[in-house]
Amino acid sequence: MSKKKIVHYINQFFAGIGGEEKADIAPEVKEGVVGPGVALEAALGDDYEIVATVICGDNYFSSNLENGVVEELLKTIKSYEPDGFIAGPAFNAGRYGVSCGTIAVAVQDELGIPAITGMFEENPGTDMFRKSIEIIKTKGSSADMRRSTKLMANLLKKKINGEEVLGPEEEGYHERGIRVNYFNERRGSERAVELLLKKIRGEEVYTDYPMPKVDRVPAAPPIKDLSKAKIALITSGGVVPQGNPDHIESSSATKWGKYSIAGMDHADKKDFMTIHGGYDREFITEDPDLCIPVDVLRELEKEGYIGELVDYFITTTGTGTATNNAKRFAEEYLPMLIEDGVDAVLLTST
Amino acid sequence: MVKEIDRAGIPVAHICTVVPISLTIGANRIVPAIGIPYPLGDPTQGEKKSKEIREQLVKRALKTLTIPVEEQTVFEEDF
Repeated sequence: MSKKKIVHYINQFFAGIGGEEKADIAPEVKEGVVGPGVALEAALGDDYEIVATVICGDNYFSSNLENGVVEELLKTIKSYEPDGFIAGPAFNAGRYGVSCGTIAVAVQDELGIPAITGMFEENPGTDMFRKSIEIIKTKGSSADMRRSTKLMANLLKKKINGEEVLGPEEEGYHERGIRVNYFNERRGSERAVELLLKKIRGEEVYTDYPMPKVDRVPAAPPIKDLSKAKIALITSGGVVPQGNPDHIESSSATKWGKYSIAGMDHADKKDFMTIHGGYDREFITEDPDLCIPVDVLRELEKEGYIGELVDYFITTTGTGTATNNAKRFAEEYLPMLIEDGVDAVLLTST
Repeated sequence: MVKEIDRAGIPVAHICTVVPISLTIGANRIVPAIGIPYPLGDPTQGEKKSKEIREQLVKRALKTLTIPVEEQTVFEEDF
């Protein structure tokens, strides 16, 4: 029997080509396994072979969605006539996760080839694609490679062979919000009482029907008059004073900073630098206004287009930063913004 | 952070390069930026043009703060 053919998708980083400075590379293909493909192929076993590894830079992918990058990749993938497709795992890399989800769903839906990907709970790609495809739950970093590739390989094999895919708990993928009917040997009332007793005893409980997590906040009401408004500037783009005095991390930030722009008519490279580890820093290093538009806001302040620009900005690094930390940052600085009479905020993200 | 600022009752415009992420996290006033390494401006088009682009984006973002928003809205164009 000939081996079943698998195509694997990874980014520039996992291909060993480079980090952020190479995130712009266009798609390329390598025959056989590259990087994490080694662990995947081992987990897939003797009947499967990774025939090709498709590599694409994360930034190239996200900036060329409208220029047909997905179509181009699909054509390449299709040319290998694979029996299955794996993207990632992306762990907690946000742009990589979005790319993995996009391409895995496209392969599954448009080529009709069984596909799978893997990422961390807090990867934005998880929420974007969990409903469309099985995403194996990984931890936040590639230290989890062995465990997660094993789960991915197992589930992909089941999909290829048309075996029943069990629930998220059993297979290790992110809950997809799909309910499957089945007969339980015990009636509902009995199980409900048991569940209640478990809750009372403070034991771990399992629900058949988790409540959906809808955390949407309605937009705050608009300001009436821009020309009287006090505007604050916030960024997740990692712009900090030269030397990064508060040691804000270049990824997975645990803190934020507040820095003066008093008396500045623009954000000068003498005063500011960027420590963000998630993009090519060349441009913002040269001109921090590209991330914190102090120049334009000062002019608008002079013209009376806005009332006042608050004389500090707030900053952190967005890449890899846990959403609960981001939430905490805002909770920490909001009392100050309110105290300072801020009417509205511009928040820039790279 | 955007969501918490809205929650506090302060209107916020999110100028961001990856709009789908902004939509997923729940920003309400979203203004698509230019590029990941240069959200506000485009240095490849020269300094003057780059600043014009920046001014256009900042003004658009400021304007979104003056209108009521019922649901997540992506402001692709000036209005």
